[in-house]
Amino acid sequence: MATTLEADLAGLDALEIAVPRRRSRAARIWAATWPKIGAVTLALMLWQLLVWSSWKPEYVLPGPATVFKALFDNLGTYIAASAVTLQRAAIGFTVALIVGTLIGALVARSRILRSAVGSMITGIMTMPSIAWFPAAIVLFGLKESAILFVIVLGAAPSIANGFIAGVDNTPPILMRAAHMLGARGWKSFRYVVLPAALPTYVSGLKQGWAFAWRSLLAGELLVQIAGQESLGRSLDNSRQFADYPGLYATMIVILAIGILVDSLIFGQLDHRIRRRYGLVDAAANE
Amino acid sequence: MTQTQALEAATQARQAAAISLVNVSKVFGNTDDATHALDRISLDVAPGEFVCLIGASGCGKSTLLNLVAGLDQPTSGVVTVRGKRTSMMFQESALFPWLTVRDNVELALRLDNLGRPERRQRVHELLEMVHLEDFGDKRPHELSGGMRQRTALARALAQQADILLMDEPFGALDAMTRDLLHDELEALWTRTRLSVLFVTHNVREAVRLGDRVVLLTSRPGRVADQYVVDTARPRRIDSSDVARLAASITDRLREEVRRHGDDARS
Repeated sequence: MATTLEADLAGLDALEIAVPRRRSRAARIWAATWPKIGAVTLALMLWQLLVWSSWKPEYVLPGPATVFKALFDNLGTYIAASAVTLQRAAIGFTVALIVGTLIGALVARSRILRSAVGSMITGIMTMPSIAWFPAAIVLFGLKESAILFVIVLGAAPSIANGFIAGVDNTPPILMRAAHMLGARGWKSFRYVVLPAALPTYVSGLKQGWAFAWRSLLAGELLVQIAGQESLGRSLDNSRQFADYPGLYATMIVILAIGILVDSLIFGQLDHRIRRRYGLVDAAANE
Repeated sequence: MTQTQALEAATQARQAAAISLVNVSKVFGNTDDATHALDRISLDVAPGEFVCLIGASGCGKSTLLNLVAGLDQPTSGVVTVRGKRTSMMFQESALFPWLTVRDNVELALRLDNLGRPERRQRVHELLEMVHLEDFGDKRPHELSGGMRQRTALARALAQQADILLMDEPFGALDAMTRDLLHDELEALWTRTRLSVLFVTHNVREAVRLGDRVVLLTSRPGRVADQYVVDTARPRRIDSSDVARLAASITDRLREEVRRHGDDARS
């Protein structure tokens, strides 16, 4: 009897386990890349058409070829400027990560704090980061700390909100199951609530990065520190010295870094976690 | 037997019961639009007994289970659970999606403060018991519904509970899988002699599995009838004994359901 049961179960298991159709690594990368290449090509073509239409004189709106030539001619300068800006971004985002997570954890755990500051966090998110700068300059002077202050204000609320939303959306059935297994207090937080909150928390990080990057560039336009060639400063200089190919080249660098960090770091992290949690259809995304 | 003696015998049986409910009522909402989910229910489950609770919608089956699990409190009456440990299975597997099959079972042991080497040994035994030893590294979403429920069963048994509450655990499975899981559960129960309170709306399933089938009325939930199933184990869901008893319970259940239609019309 027992052996029949075992054989029956094994047979059924074999039938029911879905065998995902795996494509080769190259095919998967190609499938993910070609739409992006297509989109970029299309955007460049539209840009070139706009230039050919003579909507604006060519020295004001140069074509892609001129801009990319300017970009590669001064590649060293752009790399140096990007390094300064990226370093600020890294420091600012790290501080925002710590502050946002701490606030998120406190608010998620405490009912009083939640009613006190819960809605305020979203309120701060609606404040345009540029509006913080006058106060930041008054408080910190024209220094890097003024920029970092605004990055943290821009990114931390998203991160805190992601954490809180993740905790709130813990499926009740999992909480009941954990309760029956004897998980209470800290243990249920550590083993159930935190892991359940992770996907939403990572979405909060992704959004926080977008806010941080925006605040940073706004800050670099306003707070320029002597001797530090940043992307924001390069943008401002190009405009002032009428180096329009340089202006658009800087914009392309800013856009490219924003997209790359978003997709390579946060997008990858997000996708991995979602796949692990079974939140994406593995067969469709492989 | 005098009345006192009978009362004493009843009290003794109750004291020995693994689960005992005495005059338990549960009311949801306030006085104006209160829902009487359970109305003065008395019910015992003896140690090692397999009791199935059956009833139509709104009979408060799940409410009753939550009271026994301690997830909710009765409005009045007394719920007593005598056992080392109570565990529970739900209609959904309620497995933690971020953990593998092995880690899901292991977490139950970790929460029980078991050391690492013992945990590894126990997880192996438990997965073998539900015939999932080859699937320890899979995550819940990679498994079929039946395999998820077997993992949930292994997890529920990990902490060596002697009382197992089951809330329609096979309700979402296809007939073939359910049939096999009945066999598996019966085999496990025969070996471990847990006290089981099994809630279902499937009369055949109740008769297939239970030592006793308790039929509840709906709104308010009361005990309408009880049936002792004395068919020898292992049983088959398609045996004529099971079918015959299931048919008479179904008739009684329909009678109960019709009563509500009459109430609504009048």
